[in-house]
Amino acid sequence: MDSQTRETDEEHLNYRRRARQTEPKRPLARNLLVAFLVGGAICALGQGVFNFLLTVGYTPKTAAAPLSIIMVFLGSIFTGVGVYDRLGKLAGMGSALPVTGFANSITSAAMEARREGFILGLGARLFTIAGPVIVFGATTAFLVGIVFWAAGTLHR
Amino acid sequence: MSRVGEGTYKLARPVVLMGAGTVVGPKESLGPLGKSFDRVKATDLEGAATWEKAECAFLAEAVETALRKAALDTADLDVLVGGDLLNQLISFNFAARNLGIPAIGLSSACATYAEGIGLLAILIDGGKVGKGAVVTSSHHDTAERQYRYPTELGVQRSPASQWTVTGAGAMVLSGGEAGVRITDVTFGRVIDHGLKDPNNMGAAMAPAAVDTIRRHLRGTRTTLADYDLVVTGDLGRHGLQLAGELLEQDGYRPGAKLVDCGVRIFDGVPDVDCGGSGAACSAVVFGGDLYPRLATGKLQRILFAGTGSLHSPLTFQQGETIPGIAHAVTVEGA
Repeated sequence: MDSQTRETDEEHLNYRRRARQTEPKRPLARNLLVAFLVGGAICALGQGVFNFLLTVGYTPKTAAAPLSIIMVFLGSIFTGVGVYDRLGKLAGMGSALPVTGFANSITSAAMEARREGFILGLGARLFTIAGPVIVFGATTAFLVGIVFWAAGTLHR
Repeated sequence: MSRVGEGTYKLARPVVLMGAGTVVGPKESLGPLGKSFDRVKATDLEGAATWEKAECAFLAEAVETALRKAALDTADLDVLVGGDLLNQLISFNFAARNLGIPAIGLSSACATYAEGIGLLAILIDGGKVGKGAVVTSSHHDTAERQYRYPTELGVQRSPASQWTVTGAGAMVLSGGEAGVRITDVTFGRVIDHGLKDPNNMGAAMAPAAVDTIRRHLRGTRTTLADYDLVVTGDLGRHGLQLAGELLEQDGYRPGAKLVDCGVRIFDGVPDVDCGGSGAACSAVVFGGDLYPRLATGKLQRILFAGTGSLHSPLTFQQGETIPGIAHAVTVEGA
């Protein structure tokens, strides 16, 4: 490496350091607080729906499926009317992490891809955002299942 | 025309700007230049079936508006030079399909407008092209879908990010003597200082802007004192700050002379973080604000340097750094 290249490398390094120093920072405390409040509110709503389901005859085990359906439905509706993206802008992970956020990722992709047709548009791109969640969720479930099975076998 | 520096050309005779056309969306009209634009759209879709079709229509409308103001017809133009941010330049090419003007598509991201002005000025100076127009467009929603996420996805924007301008800007150029004119052109080098964050394009482009400004000043043997303004394309607040610092490291004192179209267009508008970006950003600020001020003599001479971030979603995912480019022209007032 000649001295010219070293000089350029150093110049670039200094620039990158300066760019990092001066970059506008995310308001971390505010973001954490809003994520906590909004995420908490969504989960409290979910708990409310869950409690309601118990009063109409579901058991804690059988209530899980209708609860997910209702929350995904709500997430999709609020995406469709253009509210969920604004919520996400404020709350970040607070609204992305609950199952309503999963619904938002699918519905938003569907709304956009619909203009390219139902099969190669909507059908092909429905899971562009949610895809990794499903892939690695299934993979993790599989691995945990093996551990669970192995532990059970050894225990016996 | 003579080559006076590395990538810098001095035109033998001035090339005159004959008329500008600017079309913007609703958000752009909220900024300080809101009243300076020719057409303000009430929605980003404006009756079109898709955002892509809307952007294409805005681009065509910008050309038609510029032609009307120059009192010319599409048949009077020898070439249409320009581009946009979308793959295969669909906005530019599909609009050119209907306009019927011989079309030269360019792709330098947000630097395309300045690149087009410089290139067309040189073609006209060469004497083979009589009149032509430059046009670029961008659209917040088409850009979001191509470069980032679905627009209805609830994501938190980085405070270093910029908001893509929805709109289109066109300019008619011709050989001539009187009027606002282009005198010098510098084509940019692709510069990469190794930044990787696609949410902070201003920082990635600032070194390219400084490289081009420096070469332009050296080639034309001018100093910052010879210009009323040095205008960058869309560095945004953070990029503009970094560009100012880099120029100062080189011994220049730009001070308040260094301004940025991206900062200006959304000054005071909420939710845009570091400011505007997009191929239309510098085009509508130049056509709607700078050009009228040059025409009325409020500005005598400016250095206009459009800046572009040359990454794609694919290069980002493959771990590539973000290269930038800037093309510059000297514009003199009437």
